[in-house]
Amino acid sequence: MSAKRKDQVYTKKIDSALLAVYNGYSFFVRFFREAFKGRMELSEIIKQCYAIGYKSLLLISLTGFITGMVFTKQSRPSLAEFGATSWLPSLVAIAIVRALAALVTALISAGKVGSSIGAELGSMRVTEQIDAMEVSAVNPFKFLVVTRVVASTITIPILVFYCTLVSLLGAYLNVALNEGTSFRAFFENAFEQITFLDIGTSVAKAVAYGFTIGIVGCYQGYNASKGTEGVGKAANSSVVISMFLIFIEEVIIVQVSNYFRI
Amino acid sequence: MMEDFAKTGEHVIEIRDLYKSFGDLHVLRGVDLTLEKGENVVVLGRSGTGKSVLIKIIAGLLNQDRGDCIVLGKEVSQLNEKELRELRLKIGFSFQNSALYDSMTVRENLEFPLVRNIANLTRAEINEQVESVLDAVGLLQTINQVPSELSGGQRKRIGIARTLILKPEIMLYDEPTAGLDPITCLEINQLIVEVKEKYHTSSIIITHDLTCARETGDRIAMLLDGKFLKTGTFEEVFESDEPRIKSFYDYNFIQ
Repeated sequence: MSAKRKDQVYTKKIDSALLAVYNGYSFFVRFFREAFKGRMELSEIIKQCYAIGYKSLLLISLTGFITGMVFTKQSRPSLAEFGATSWLPSLVAIAIVRALAALVTALISAGKVGSSIGAELGSMRVTEQIDAMEVSAVNPFKFLVVTRVVASTITIPILVFYCTLVSLLGAYLNVALNEGTSFRAFFENAFEQITFLDIGTSVAKAVAYGFTIGIVGCYQGYNASKGTEGVGKAANSSVVISMFLIFIEEVIIVQVSNYFRI
Repeated sequence: MMEDFAKTGEHVIEIRDLYKSFGDLHVLRGVDLTLEKGENVVVLGRSGTGKSVLIKIIAGLLNQDRGDCIVLGKEVSQLNEKELRELRLKIGFSFQNSALYDSMTVRENLEFPLVRNIANLTRAEINEQVESVLDAVGLLQTINQVPSELSGGQRKRIGIARTLILKPEIMLYDEPTAGLDPITCLEINQLIVEVKEKYHTSSIIITHDLTCARETGDRIAMLLDGKFLKTGTFEEVFESDEPRIKSFYDYNFIQ
């Protein structure tokens, strides 16, 4: 490839990357503009909350429970070396509340919810259903995007809360089987070290993750093109981009919360 | 060819010197067209000549690069969101693939634009209007079915019914007979004629099906290479000696 041709390829790639950032930003701004304008599609939001929340319960229950149990099992030997197994409930609770529950729920939801939103809207785009809404004087952005983003922003924090409880139950089961700790003693010990800042941080993370999963899935689906190939691409990139952003948000939120902790 | 010309001379659509390109692909290159009130104009042309692009510009789904597209006295590209929404209430758009909402039943598909555009309708009024348009397209029995349970012809009819529920003044049909068997094509052609008579609409019908053009159009506009090559009645257009028009006619096997 000649140097000039190479330069052209790089310039095109930089152009398309900048354009993607600009389009993403415009979509983000449009969401807030549309969200606070006109009447809310409440019944559609409730329907989406059901689709996102209720249908993810089984998966979240299973992964949450296993995460709590396995984390407890893996942490025990290290604590046992220092004769500190009595700290196990506190350690596990801190890990679950501060990081694991929110992250596990977000990653599972990015896969399940994000891909489903991306594929659904992508399919509606390529089959002209979104155009059909526009020409019948209905605002498709408000009906499809705002409802899904609001629903995921509401539902994912609830799922995180649920995942926290299920993970703690998994941890309790492991502790009860090995140390014979009672239910009450476990939870008293577990919550001793949990502060309002931990809970606040977890809620903030959950809201940020929920919003990210919703907006990324909607953006990819709403802007899908090139037929069925575009639908697959929208679903796939919804998951990849959501997960990438979730990890970046995790780092930022942890840094900010640690600043307040000190 | 329809004999009943209920035209009034009033222009509901005026397109002047319209240009549209997608990158290096110049689709429309100076298109001029008028649609009179009560008239059905068929835009004929081969696939990829920009027929669908033309009606998408009319419906405000795409913006032209140059030229005027005036619908009901308003330049579409100059309208703000609210004005465009108001204009779209007067335009019905029947999509090539029907574009029915997969996740909704036929009833919900029809109710969707109605309840979002007309405030304070009672349940009885909604039911009455839904049943009335479904009856008009002869598919009242499908009211509780979902689109995946319908045939191609039924989907087209439901798509047309969904646009009729808002009682549009202008109907835009994108390939209404594409992918249908000949009998169903005739039924759809008949429906387009009935819609015009019953709902007093003016229509632009995009097609490459000459039977559809002959049955439904008062006037034919032949789109080739991004411009209208010939406009007139069906006979006027196809009596032309222009070789590209003759070859188009021959391909349709209806000599």
